Amino acid sequence: MNDILVHWGLSLAIFLPIAGAALLLLIPKENELFIKQVALATTIVTAGVGAWLLVNFDYDRTGKLQFSVNKEWIEIINSRYHVGIDGLSLPLVVLSMFICVLCVIYSWDHFPEPHNPKAFLALILLLETGMNGTFIAQDLILFFVFFELVLLPMYFMIGVWGGANRQYASIKFFLFTLFGSALMILGFLALYFRAGRTFDIPTLVATAGDLLPHNTEVWIFAALFMGFAIKVPMFPFHTWLPDAHTEAPTVGSVILAAILLKLGTYGFVRIALPILPDAAHTWAPWIGLLAVIGIIYGALGCLAQKDLKRLIAFSSVAHMGFVMLGISTLTSFGINAAVFGMIAHGLITGMLFFAAGSIGERYGTREINRLGGLLIQAPKLGWILGFLCMASLGLPGLAGFWGEFPAILSAFNPAAGLSVDTFRVYMVIAAIGTVLAAGYLLWMFQRVAFGAPKDEFVDAHIHDVHGPEWIAWTPMLVLILVLGVLPSLIFKMTDGAVTDIARTLASIGH
Amino acid sequence: MLQIASLLPFASGAGGLGAAATGSGGFTRPVIDYHAFAPEIVLTGVLVLVLLTDLFVPEDRKVIVTNLAGLGVLASLIPIITLAVDGHDRVMFGGAFVVDDFSLVFKGLFIATGYIVLLMSTNYVADGDYYEGEYSFLLLSSILGMVVMASSRDLITIFVALEMLSLPAYMLAGWRKRDLKSNEAALKYYLLGVLSSAVMLYGMSLVFGTTGTTVLADIGAQLAQQGTTPPLITVALLMIVLGFAFKVSAVPFHFWAPDTYEGAPTPVAAFLSVASKTAGFVALIEILYVGFLSNNEVWGPLCWVLAALSMTVGNLIALRQTNIVRMLAYSSIAQAGYILVPFAVAGANGDALVTAQKASAMYLLVYTAMNLGAFAVVIAVARKTRSGEISSYGGLFTYAPGLTLLMSAFMFSLAGIPPLGGWFAKLFMFSATLDAGTGAAIALAVIAGVNSVIALFYYASVAREMWMSPVPDGDVTPIRVPPALGAALTITVVLTVVLGVYPSLFGRLADVTVLARL
Repeated sequence: MNDILVHWGLSLAIFLPIAGAALLLLIPKENELFIKQVALATTIVTAGVGAWLLVNFDYDRTGKLQFSVNKEWIEIINSRYHVGIDGLSLPLVVLSMFICVLCVIYSWDHFPEPHNPKAFLALILLLETGMNGTFIAQDLILFFVFFELVLLPMYFMIGVWGGANRQYASIKFFLFTLFGSALMILGFLALYFRAGRTFDIPTLVATAGDLLPHNTEVWIFAALFMGFAIKVPMFPFHTWLPDAHTEAPTVGSVILAAILLKLGTYGFVRIALPILPDAAHTWAPWIGLLAVIGIIYGALGCLAQKDLKRLIAFSSVAHMGFVMLGISTLTSFGINAAVFGMIAHGLITGMLFFAAGSIGERYGTREINRLGGLLIQAPKLGWILGFLCMASLGLPGLAGFWGEFPAILSAFNPAAGLSVDTFRVYMVIAAIGTVLAAGYLLWMFQRVAFGAPKDEFVDAHIHDVHGPEWIAWTPMLVLILVLGVLPSLIFKMTDGAVTDIARTLASIGH
Repeated sequence: MLQIASLLPFASGAGGLGAAATGSGGFTRPVIDYHAFAPEIVLTGVLVLVLLTDLFVPEDRKVIVTNLAGLGVLASLIPIITLAVDGHDRVMFGGAFVVDDFSLVFKGLFIATGYIVLLMSTNYVADGDYYEGEYSFLLLSSILGMVVMASSRDLITIFVALEMLSLPAYMLAGWRKRDLKSNEAALKYYLLGVLSSAVMLYGMSLVFGTTGTTVLADIGAQLAQQGTTPPLITVALLMIVLGFAFKVSAVPFHFWAPDTYEGAPTPVAAFLSVASKTAGFVALIEILYVGFLSNNEVWGPLCWVLAALSMTVGNLIALRQTNIVRMLAYSSIAQAGYILVPFAVAGANGDALVTAQKASAMYLLVYTAMNLGAFAVVIAVARKTRSGEISSYGGLFTYAPGLTLLMSAFMFSLAGIPPLGGWFAKLFMFSATLDAGTGAAIALAVIAGVNSVIALFYYASVAREMWMSPVPDGDVTPIRVPPALGAALTITVVLTVVLGVYPSLFGRLADVTVLARL
């Protein structure tokens, strides 16, 4: 069994979900329960593979690719089926598998209009294949295919099951991301032709820096930057995000926030920085600048929002700003913080969208001004929301803290060659951002949860948290707490891999 | 075909037939390799058989004729396979007719296209008030022209092949003869087609006047020796390329395409947009890469302009279309632009030259599968809705989920979204531009990149209608897909997906289509 999984584990992690989706298509539509069971079983078995990876991963060599498979794929362009995980991929893959199980459980009796569980669950499974594949791929073309594979299911999920303005939001999401990917693939091809005719990521990390002249590197980095920054999304490319989040069904928002946004930041850490270290130094101050603008802009945006989900979407812009700030310092400390920030944001914001979705479903509205007194009508849901607000604003002891605080701290001392003054200014601005975060989150919590219910909902029967919600949410809530208390669970995975990347970056420091 | 060519007085005098040119007067009988000719011979036999059978089959059982034509087309695949297994290149008539890997790949592609179009037509022509037997006959004749085109390495042969494939197509475009739009389609197509042929032929005559030969390899050798491009050759090249720009419906020579596609029977529109276009590109590849490789500085920039214009204009106008066939017409104009991109960048260096040829071939392969599939869905849906409006696709997902999935696959493949075939074709196209690496090439790549984003909007809008809009007239009776059409859909969707997920399966085909190396 173990021998099989060593060779096939990662491929199973990628292709089990899509096989499950294909199976779903064969089951007649009327057989809803069976459809749900198959989908759940698929995600659980995939997560089982994830658990096996977690157990058998060699934590002493986190910088090395493990469980690698490297087979021929597209000969004519010398692109290979090269998969493998190191300490950077592992937590993200496992997070993706974990969130997908919970999304299927949450969906159990929450299918948004127009219902159709068969198609909805098939899309979740397709998304899982794309997400897992992106984190596992070690070949640029393979990475690109999976990176793009998530577009279609998310487009349909928003467009078919979304809110009133869903058609606009879904195509906007699609067009923005595709624009970035078109430039990104040009960057990948430029890398291929200028840096030794290979798409292999580890090979490129080892060789591309020496082969490329500085100017070429800077241009290629710019192309990759567009692809990843739109996905993150960084200010000023973020405008698709609030629309997509607001219109998406709950599960769509959760997957979008928890995993899809991480594809962009992961791309920076896995591809853009280590392959083009020289250009990374040139661009880092600008990335840092956009990151802190995002932090402040996102926070101010939150203060102005009327819709609960839209507010959380803008808070995502701010949080991803912290992640990008950590990355832009180009230090192992900053990148470690960034990876932790990705996981923490995935759990907390994903969970916030679950809660916001459930609140919206119960009240029939997500307009903050119309809500109120949640703690009276549904105290458990209210306290969960409170807990999440605390986690999101970075309260020590909860997961959010370990993404935000070290990211700010890392800007105090950026990598050699970067202007210390500039980054210290960024640090101060980011710190102000945390104050604003506390402001908008607590103000939102106060308006939604405190006080008495508004007149229109006084007599409404508001169901408190029920069965499937408990099952889906408890693991996330527990993890937010556990990672807050024991952040080393993640840091010990990522540190080795991140240190290697930082070493590549430092080796060409000016 | 060859009988015709050999009867042309100027062909034999021109040295087009090597035997006659080198002979000391008098006509030497050229050596004929019947194995090399087998695909053409089988096809000719089948089309005569189809025409004869049609005379004796009663009106209500004409489907026999169509089936016979389908089987016959498949039969002509057999000699192609034996030739491919045999492997060595066969050259006849002093280099005017060549059977090599390039020609076999495209012969196979044309025959496969012909078969799929026949499958798509089976019920379409049977249900409508059409002449079924003659329809199959003309379709086969056109395919025969294409199959000859794939082997042509001589200006005369290319011209004859082009007319052979075009004349039946003019008639097919007007097949719905009681419909004014169909009449308009045929007339427009015919007039513009003839005009472009005339321009092209004039260009060819200038080439013959300058070089004294019509064999492409000889022309290529002569021009390479001269080093610079003589002014007359520049004019001739301009005329030839522009003539083919009509055939492949590149902007600004695209005006006939939307009207013709809309008026013609839908399977014929599919045939024109795929097979006829591919034949035009095959001829362009043969002429430009074999005959005029050393004059790349003339046709490279010309193709650059045609590619940039076709992509941009095609996509922008497609955004405004409300009729699905017209939208597909403009989409096919834009796709022609993508296929022209490698031509524009091929001259940069030896590597780029090879990559560019593979990229064009790969794109044509993928484009055939996905575009035929899209038309097959249009035919299937029109069986119920009797409409070509995109709005009639509203709510298709609720009553025809299978067709919706297929159409989404074809649309997003045309848009170039992984993991469907179109993405790999586009990737290869992009890789040709970056292999060239010049400023102009990268600028063209960026134009193509921006265009793929624009294109997504209208491809996705079809998906949006199907998945997200309500059924316009509330009629949700399921669509019955006849078996022949079902087979066409299955073949095209399998190819579209396989080409995207595991392109290596067909990568070898693109590998062997390289005609010119430095």
